[in-house]
Order: sequence, then C-alpha cells, then structure tokens
Amino acid sequence: MTAQPFVMPPPHPKERRIIFENISQPGYDPSIDTFIKHGGYESLKKALTMKPVEIIDAVKASNLRGRGGAGFPCGVKWSFIKHDDGKPHYIVVNGDESEPGTFKDRYILHYDPHQLIEGLVISAYATNTHLSYIYIRCEFPEAAGIVWNAIEEAKARGFVGKNILGSGFDCDIYVHQGAGAYICGEETSLLESLEGKRPYPRIKPPYFPAVLGLYMKPTIVNNVETICHVKHILRLGPEEYAKMGTPGDGGTRTMCVSGDVVKPGFYELPAGAVTLGELIFDICGGLKPGRKLKAVIPGGSSAKVLRAEEIFKVKVKGADGQMVDKEIKMLDVVMDAATLGSVGSMIGSAGVIVMDDTREMVWALNNLNQFYAHESCGQCTPCREGSLWMSKITTRMLDGGGQGADPKTLQNVADNIAGRTVCAFGEACAWPTQSFLAKFPEEFEAVAAEK
Amino acid sequence: MSATATEVPMLHVQVDGEWKQFPKGTRLIEACMKSGQFVPHYCYHPKLSSPGNCRMCLVEMGMPKMTPDRKPVLGEDGKPEIGWSPRPVISCATEISEGMGVRTSSPLVEECRKGVMEFLLINHPLDCPICDQAGECRLQEFSVEYGKGESRFVEEKVKKPKRQDIGPRIVLDDERCIMCSRCIRFMQEVAKDDVLGFVNRGSHTTLTVYPGKSLDSNYSLNTVDICPVGALTSKDFRFSMRVWFLRETKTIDVNCGTGANILIGSRENVIHRITPRENDFVNSCWIPDNHRLNFHYVNSAERLKDPAVRGEESPVKWPRAIQAAADQLRKNPGATALIASARLTNEELFLAKRLASALGSELFDVLPRPQKGDGFLISQDGNPNTSGAKLLGLATGRLAEIAAGVSTGKIKTLLVLGEEATDCGISAADLEKLDSLVVTGILPDQTTARATVLLPAASWAEKRGTMINIKGRIQRLNRAVSSPGQARDDWEILRDLIQAVGGSNGIYTIEEVFKQLAAETPALAGLSLGKIGDLGVDLKMTKSE
Ligand SMILES: Cc1cc2nc3c(=O)[nH]c(=O)nc-3n(C[C@H](O)[C@H](O)[C@H](O)COP(=O)(O)O)c2cc1C
Ligand code: SF4
Ligand code: SF4
Ligand code: SF4
Ligand code: FES
Repeated sequence: MTAQPFVMPPPHPKERRIIFENISQPGYDPSIDTFIKHGGYESLKKALTMKPVEIIDAVKASNLRGRGGAGFPCGVKWSFIKHDDGKPHYIVVNGDESEPGTFKDRYILHYDPHQLIEGLVISAYATNTHLSYIYIRCEFPEAAGIVWNAIEEAKARGFVGKNILGSGFDCDIYVHQGAGAYICGEETSLLESLEGKRPYPRIKPPYFPAVLGLYMKPTIVNNVETICHVKHILRLGPEEYAKMGTPGDGGTRTMCVSGDVVKPGFYELPAGAVTLGELIFDICGGLKPGRKLKAVIPGGSSAKVLRAEEIFKVKVKGADGQMVDKEIKMLDVVMDAATLGSVGSMIGSAGVIVMDDTREMVWALNNLNQFYAHESCGQCTPCREGSLWMSKITTRMLDGGGQGADPKTLQNVADNIAGRTVCAFGEACAWPTQSFLAKFPEEFEAVAAEK
Repeated sequence: MSATATEVPMLHVQVDGEWKQFPKGTRLIEACMKSGQFVPHYCYHPKLSSPGNCRMCLVEMGMPKMTPDRKPVLGEDGKPEIGWSPRPVISCATEISEGMGVRTSSPLVEECRKGVMEFLLINHPLDCPICDQAGECRLQEFSVEYGKGESRFVEEKVKKPKRQDIGPRIVLDDERCIMCSRCIRFMQEVAKDDVLGFVNRGSHTTLTVYPGKSLDSNYSLNTVDICPVGALTSKDFRFSMRVWFLRETKTIDVNCGTGANILIGSRENVIHRITPRENDFVNSCWIPDNHRLNFHYVNSAERLKDPAVRGEESPVKWPRAIQAAADQLRKNPGATALIASARLTNEELFLAKRLASALGSELFDVLPRPQKGDGFLISQDGNPNTSGAKLLGLATGRLAEIAAGVSTGKIKTLLVLGEEATDCGISAADLEKLDSLVVTGILPDQTTARATVLLPAASWAEKRGTMINIKGRIQRLNRAVSSPGQARDDWEILRDLIQAVGGSNGIYTIEEVFKQLAAETPALAGLSLGKIGDLGVDLKMTKSE
C-alpha cells in the first residue's frame, strides 16, 4: 500500500528538518530499502550496544518533551517504569492525531513509517518492553496498512520480533485502529479502547499509565512524533539535540499552521527558534492581502486563544538570574513551551490556528464548541452536559437568538467544567470559551445584545 | 502492642478541622461519612468499584506541608499544617493517606456541587409527578440540598428513549438516567452478567442493553434499588404506590436458607414491594428477584380467614376450633403424628415440639427442601429455618415413616403445621383415610381441603419470631402487616392447643416464648429477641465467646 505522492516544499531557512528530513527528499518512499539507504536503523544498532538506562539518561538529557499536547518530559516519563519489576511493560504509540489544527503525525505514518518503528524499538529496548502497540485513528486506514507493512518488512530484516539483530532482545509491534473518537487520543481512554472497551478515560489517580496502564501493567504512552525523536537523540547525541531547542524544551517541533495565512502547512523548527510573528509573517507568508491579524490559537484547538494586539506582562529570568517583569507583544511570543505557558496559553500539539479580521469570534468559538460537544465522551457530568450547553448557547447566539445573560452563563458553565472532570478534555473544552470571552468580550456582548 | 502483619495501620486524617484515625485503604468519602460529614454522591456505591464519573463528591483535599528535609510542618497546636490543593478532588476514589486533610464544605465545594446539580438537571425531564422514584430520588433530594433552586437553561433538552423494555422485570427511562453507571457495574461486578452499557457520546449517551440480550438476570431488580433516580423501575412496583406512603418493616427473606435481610414496604395492610436491606454477614445489599417478588400470595384474596371444623357451620370461632382440634388430637394416643415445617420460626417449632410431647407423640418431622442453589444468594436449602428445626430436634428424618403410617392406617391423627401434606409423600387419598387431620395454613391446598379442623395462620410477613439460616445466624422476622380475617399467629394457635390438651401454662408474648426457648436450648443461652437486633447473631460465635 502506498499513499498519494507527497512533495514537501523546500525548507524555509529557519527550518531544521530532522523528523521530516527523509520525507522532504525527492522520491522518498515508505519502503524499508529507502529508509535504510537514508541511514535507517543505524540508531537502533547503536542503541543495542548501550545499556537501557543510558538511553533513558540520553532522552532525559535531550530535554525532549512530549509532542502530543501535554508536553511532559519524555525521559522522566520513561524513568517511572522499573526495568526489572518482573511485570510486562507496554509502549503504546499515540497515533490518534485528532486535535483540530494538528496534522503532522499523519505524514510520518503515511510516508516514513520506519522512522517510527526504529524509534519505537529503541524506546522498547530502553524500557524493557517486549510488546508495543501503534494506535492509529480510524480516519487513517491507509496509514494502518502502510505501518503494518513496514512492521512486516522490519521483521523480515530482524529489526522487529525475536532476538532483534542478534541482541537477544525481543519486541513485537501491533497496529490497532480506532473507531473514530477524538477522546481516544487521551492516553487512558486510548488504553481502554485498546483493551476493547468503551473509551472512557480513567481516573488519575490511581490509573496513571506508568503504574496501572494497559491491562493494568506499567505502560508508556507517547505521541508518534515524540517516539521518532528518540532515534535522532541517539543519532545526534543528546547534547547536540538539546542545543537545538531551549533549556527546557529540546530538539525541533513540528508546527502545524492553519487558517488565514498565505502558506498554511507544517514546519519543523527548533523549539523556541521563532516568534509567533516570524512564524506567521516570515515562514507562512503572512496574511492574505488586505487582512489584519485578529487572533491566534497557538497549540491546537484546546489552547487558550491570544489576541493580536495583546501585550502580556510576564516574569522572566534576567541576566543576573533575578526574575524581572517584562512586557511581550503577542507577535513577539517565542514558540516554546515555557513562553507560551507564561502568557497563559500552551504550545500543546503546536497546532497554530490563525484568524484574521474577517473572522467573528462568536462564530469561531461556536465552531470549537460544536466540536467538543460532539466529541465529549459523556462519562463525567460537567463535561458531558456543559460542553453541549456551551455549544447550544453559541449556536443560538449566531442564529440571532442572543440573550443578555449569555456571556455570563457561558463563562460560568466553562468555570464549572474546568478542573472538575475525569480527564483533561474538561479543560480542553472550557479553555476556548474562557479565553474567547476574556479576550473578545465586546464581540460576545454585542451578539448577546442583538435582537 | 506489637503490630502483626495482618494488622491494618491506622492513618491520621483531618476531616473538617478535626483529626481522626482510619484504617489504611479507607476511601476518603468513607472517612468523611464515618466522621459524620455526609458527602453527596451518585456513582459511588460502597459495594461497587469507583468510576468517579458523577463528580458530585468533589471535596477540598490537602497534604501535610513539608519542610525541605521532608518533615511535616507543625502548626501552633502541634498538629501538621495542611497545604490545600487548589483543585477539588473526588472523595469516592481517593484513598486516604497519612496527614491528609479534607474539607467537606467550603465555598469551592459548594460551587462544585451547585455546578454538578445544575448540569444533571438541564437535560432532565420534569417527570417527578409521574415518576416512581419521587420521594426517594437522589436528584430531588440533592437539588433541594445543594442545588440552585432556579434554572437558567433556555435551550431545548436532549431527547432520549422512554419506557424501554429492557428486561422481563424492568423498564428503563433514558431521559431520567444520570449515567452514573451503577447498574452497569452491578451487572458486571456482582451479577456477573455484563448486559448493560452505554451507547452514543456526550450528552446523548444512552444506557441500553446489549443487542439481542435482556436484563433478565435473577438479580436484575437490584439495579432498580441502586439507581439513584427513576431511570430503572420495577414493572411489579411501577405506579402501585407513592413511596412516601410506604411503611418499611425490617425482616428477613424466607424463600431459602440464606435468610437475606429485607425491608417490606407496605401500606394499610397491603405489601407493595420488598427491597434488600444491607447485612454484610448475609446478603450484602442484594436479593434475588424471584425471592423479592414472591410476596403477592400474602395479599391474596384466597387467604384462609376463618377456622373451620368439619361438620360444623362455618365460620367457627377460635375457642370452638381449638377445642375441636384438642379433642381430635387427644383421641388416638399412640397413633398421632405431626408434620411441622422448616418454614416456621424457632418459637413455633419449639411450641410444636411441646405440643407433640403433651400429646405423647414421638413421631414428627419437617419437610426438607433441597434445591440447586445459584452459588450466590439462593442456598441449596429451600427452607429458611432448617437449622432451627435441627437445633430444636424437629428434623428427625421420619417423614417416610409418617407417610407409610398414614397409608397403612397405623396413624389415625395427623397434625400438619404449615405444609402441604401431599408434598410429604402422603397421597390425597391417604389423607382421606385419617380419622383426624388438624391443619394450620394460610392458603387453600389439598391438605386444608381435607382438614377435619382448619386453623388459619399468619404468613411470614405477619409475624414476629426468629429463624436460623444455613450459616447458623439467628435473625428476626417482624410483622409488616396483620393477618386477614380471624387468621392468627401460629405460636398463639400452638400455645392454645397446648393449653387445651392440658400441657402448659399460658404464655402471653413472643418474648416469653423466646425466653423459654433460650432457657432450654444451650445454643441460644443468654439471647433475647432484643439482643438479636436487626442484623442477627452468629450462633457459632456466641458459643465460642
Ligand atoms: C482530549 C485529549 C485528546 C488528546 N489527543 C491526543 C492525540 O490525538 N495524540 C496525542 O499524541 N496525544 C493526545 N493527547 C495527549 C495524550 O493524553 C498523552 O498526553 C500523549 O499521548 C502523551 O504522549 P507525549 O508525552 O509523547 O506527548 C490528548 C489528550 C487529551 C486530554
Ligand atoms: S472530561 Fe469529558 S471527555 Fe473526559 S471523561 Fe469527562 S466527559 Fe469524558
Ligand atoms: S428521577 Fe427524580 S428528579 Fe427525575 S423525574 Fe424521577 S423523581 Fe423527578
Ligand atoms: S439507569 Fe440509573 S443506575 Fe443506571 S446509569 Fe442510569 S442513573 Fe445510573
Ligand atoms: S461519587 Fe465521586 S464521582 Fe461520583
């Protein structure tokens, strides 16, 4: 099975393609031969000469953060798994990529599956895992076929399966296809789905995957891109890799830019290498003629929206190590985990959604609200009822039925969801409402007052 | 005192400002409740796993503040200072840990509860006037207690299926369901018949039964009990009575040797429903459907109401009936036998034995009822008081001998207490041969039809007394309704018979019967009806104490 031919545009000078290095080669195809021709499985060979703990230390030193949304330091997550606890361990690759505004994993799955497989076998070796799963959302049926095929190829060459490359290490990999629910991207929900159950996220505590994960065994869940980075950490060395990013956020990040820019697409950039302004205006070619920037959601649809003319007051470490107050204009916000966090949003999955002055904020929020109302799994009360309620309010406002109390009600409903739910979907569905209301109150007041 | 391996360590937890101790493993909600602080909840059930889905039990939680060298920071009172978490936590799935603090009421906690109540109500139908749950509905109760008292929801409510026939005994109203999953978990974890589940997503989530399956487990009605709202209703009870009119009587199930603890819900002498009563020594919180539904015969219009003496005009009055019975029982000394029942109480069996000895008869037995049992709450003994019958020496194994005696004519007088003689190996034709057949019973059957003296008795729901279950636990029956017509308690009938045949002084209360019984029965020494209490007493335990 092969996907449609895909040609990546040449890199912008600021880009540094590691993950997408292969894919951007003309004529690159997902076969194992092509992958090996481009240096594939060399990192795995190197890994098998190392001690597992050395690999975990390298991943820690690389400052690699998860690329799935939560941004948890990857090496720290791995170190929760006790190497010799006598229990089976699992690694589950999260290929559910469904956060609106995020579209990077799908290219890896379709066009460079061996990169993922190599990263996965290294990760398995590091965590003493003999069985791994790649969970692929049902909307990528072709990718599932491509990855299965790649696993078979890798098995035939001794990179997967029993006694990998004569090392005595065994690791099997299975592909599992989802059934079409955004919530399956949430890691504990994904595990339930993998176990064949209705994908209701688990309560944490006690069900932290690293302790009580798949089949109640220690489990690592990592995003597709995250696992791919592992291979490059070994290839480049952790120091070299870390140096590309910022102190707390190593390596490159694939930013997916969508919305009202001239050149939407995904761009692999060293973490913290660009500001939001550079990303939009230099790399993505700016806005369409005559348009003005209005708002940006910087980290996938769940991240809090930023308003174009906003000025953020943040505390940063000065040259002398003291914390000093600083003002940052929205376009000067550096695209890394720490800076986006300090301005009250997040880098999340690095899905950057750009909105120009033709966009109405009530419309934009309603679009998100409808998505979340449709995707709430319905397990817990606040999210189940609140997400649909918010969506009904914004839909009614758009349909001309706005009422004076709507903004206040919206705000209060969102406040009653965030922080009170089983999983982080609660925040994901409340943050858009909370931030749109906070940043664009006048638009909501105006629509609410219309009769 | 040295701690042994089996001893559960006690942990200190601060509940609303007061330090208390609880065993390790206690759920936070349980620590709160044991401290007298009620925490409203929907999905939590003490006998089921905690999914933490309703979010009603959110509380403020904190852990002891630590110094840099990991020692707790002590406050002015010498007690650890607590660092409160800004996020509320669910108390139902949080296990206590040393030094934990919890606040069950605070502005944040109250906000959380208000929020959840509002969310639960926005799509809930306004069915209360026609809903069976009204009066015992957690949604009603908590909305009064913790809700806002007004609605600002102006949207259209979600529509869902109503009156779903999901099983032979249960109707589901999906609009009333609050998706707490208690019923699903009960079917998975307790009934082990995983037929319920949710379909669809978000606010459209709908409880249903697996395609092609039915909620037909013999434990299905327990889901109705634990459903906090009126989503699951019992076909048997639906629309029969408003629950606030029901009087509840604590008693036990007499359908088998388990002796499950139950509540009888009755109004004006009519039983409307039976629900399980928690007793962790016996039945936890559950009972089988066929047992709980087996009460309608008590309300039956067919019930025997008046004593009858063959050849005399009915109805006769009790003194005449007792006299006639006593005369007949005394007529054939040496040819008299007694069939008692292991469905009778200890008190009744005790008096039956006395009557037998007053009559000089040594030929007596009870009808055994071995059955398959279900490995859970239905025991392999279909009698509720075989243990009592054995303890009191009435289970003699001589039933076949009695039957043969009746058949050959060796037995001329037979006293049958609450059994159908034809179930005891005696044919209807043989019954006709008897000189005298004195019978107590509650419904007409082949035996009562052939009685020379018929004495209408009380059903199990109409009397007080005790029974001993198969595990040796003595438990109390209580009177929920009174007997129809002239029918009266078996123990009174027996007392009167004993007096009439000249064998006893008067006893006037059931307490006195028990006192005499306990005095003559070493296994019951020291017990009284009061001491047995609502949950019964393990006789093996009292023996070893
Ligand atoms: C509602 C929700 C949806 C999510 N969807 C995805 C997803 O599609 N892909 C993904 O990798 N992580 C997703 N996540 C994050 C995962 O729960 C988890 O944090 C991540 O897979 C861990 O991998 P990482 O550490 O490599 O980022 C989602 C989280 C939530 C709360
Ligand atoms: S927060 Fe939403 S998505 Fe998460 S468990 Fe609750 S209902 Fe499901
Ligand atoms: S479930 Fe409770 S609140 Fe709902 S209709 Fe019935 S009684 Fe009323
Ligand atoms: S039917 Fe009742 S017990 Fe079952 S999920 Fe709904 S509310 Fe809970
Ligand atoms: S009782 Fe705790 S979440 Fe439902």
